[in-house]
Amino acid sequence: MAPTHRIVRLTVNGDTRTAGVPVHYTLLETLRYAMGLTGSKQGCDKGDCGACTVLLNGEPRLSCITPVWEAEGLDVVTVEGLAGPDGALHPLQDEFDLHGAAQCGFCTPGILCSAAGLLARNPRPTREEIREALSGNLCRCTGYTKIYEAVEAAAARLGSGDAERERGERKEGVS
Amino acid sequence: MGVVRDMMKPFELFQPTELDGALDLLSRHGSDAWILSGGMDTFDWLKDRAKQPSVVVDLGGVSELKGIEGTEDGIRIGAMASLTEVATHPEITSRYPLLAESAEKVATPQIRQQGTLGGNLCQDTRCWYYRSGWPCYRAGGNICYANTPTALNREHCVFEANRCVAVSPSDTAPALIALDARMTIRSRRSERTVEAEDFFLGPATDITRMTVLRPGELLTEIHVPQRWAGQSYYFEKVADRKAWDFALANVAATFQRQNGRIQDARICVGAVAAKPLRLRNVEAALRGQSVDNSLLEQVGELAVRNARPLRQNEYKVSLTRNLVKRAIRDART
Repeated sequence: MAPTHRIVRLTVNGDTRTAGVPVHYTLLETLRYAMGLTGSKQGCDKGDCGACTVLLNGEPRLSCITPVWEAEGLDVVTVEGLAGPDGALHPLQDEFDLHGAAQCGFCTPGILCSAAGLLARNPRPTREEIREALSGNLCRCTGYTKIYEAVEAAAARLGSGDAERERGERKEGVS
Repeated sequence: MGVVRDMMKPFELFQPTELDGALDLLSRHGSDAWILSGGMDTFDWLKDRAKQPSVVVDLGGVSELKGIEGTEDGIRIGAMASLTEVATHPEITSRYPLLAESAEKVATPQIRQQGTLGGNLCQDTRCWYYRSGWPCYRAGGNICYANTPTALNREHCVFEANRCVAVSPSDTAPALIALDARMTIRSRRSERTVEAEDFFLGPATDITRMTVLRPGELLTEIHVPQRWAGQSYYFEKVADRKAWDFALANVAATFQRQNGRIQDARICVGAVAAKPLRLRNVEAALRGQSVDNSLLEQVGELAVRNARPLRQNEYKVSLTRNLVKRAIRDART
């Protein structure tokens, strides 16, 4: 009799976590239903919409069509792991907020992960490179322009090396 | 908290770490075994429950199937190399930009990162009647739902239909055929090599398979010969959307020129027939010719001479004609 469940050990957002899951569980199902990390969204669940995008060793991947075993031994980062340990938002999250780059918000976690992967390997992307990097994430509220602008602003802030102070100033300006 | 429904049917999972182990498993489980590579095609099938394999053999741990390296007479690409690796590997972008561009056009960044070259070649057709689990010819039944008076068949084939009208969805397959690649196929007891062109099957040969792979067999590596490295080439994919979408039609071509004349050429179109279609008649008509408008008109007509469009896809005939003409006119070096 083949085992129906397995114990998986994942490194998620820096923590080592263990869960018993059905053998055929995807990474997304494990994150959401075994680990309580519901930030990554279950949209189409077939790899068509990108709402489930997480970072595996820094690369954006579709967790809904990644079997959980494939993530074992890799560094998994979900939208919950983008903010700093003190809860300070990632510059991307901050700029999405400031630019109104989220409407219904369902696609946002996946887009943030795709964008974080992009900025990690290409700190000063062009608009075209941002479009390409986010081409695997659907936003059906169709707010792409604000999203691109937010990514550009986050890249500029990360590049200036003065992200903390600048965020404070811009928040004041907005309020 | 709502009830969480398992999308996939449970299966028995095997994770071999060596090629021999994988081939043993495929031999032992035969047609019950489902080969899992990057999973991009697989999970679509399994979540729809249109296919319900009892055994899944995951190749992710088999390092022999990975890697890309130059050889004496070309380049060897492991079947498990990701599409991103194929699109960005310096040996491929410098010597076989045709292949790199075709891989770059597949789907989205996430899918290219995870999907493999072998998977892109071995993936099943996208005909939605078939993929929805309808009992069509390809699924072992005796009807084609895509070729009825009310069927939605805008994306289906215009060449070589035989009961089934589904098309080959791959973008990399036409490129590999144009580059005269060879596929290595292994089973527990044997190894064989087939030309890329002969790797794919049309419904007249076998209506239930897209490739020559039989149960127990595995595509292990792709070898691209030196012959067409660095020659002028052309690749174009036409789809409804720039990202994600499968091709409505694609073309891959490579040309050897001398003194302004085409000495030799290989041209292949995809997504217009059940297998990628090499246009031998066009290639023959090009040999020894210099390119001018009348030659383009002539070979454009040759390319679509045997086209038999369905109710909703007549556009694919002119699309194919124009893609072939553009490939010859606009080939890059």
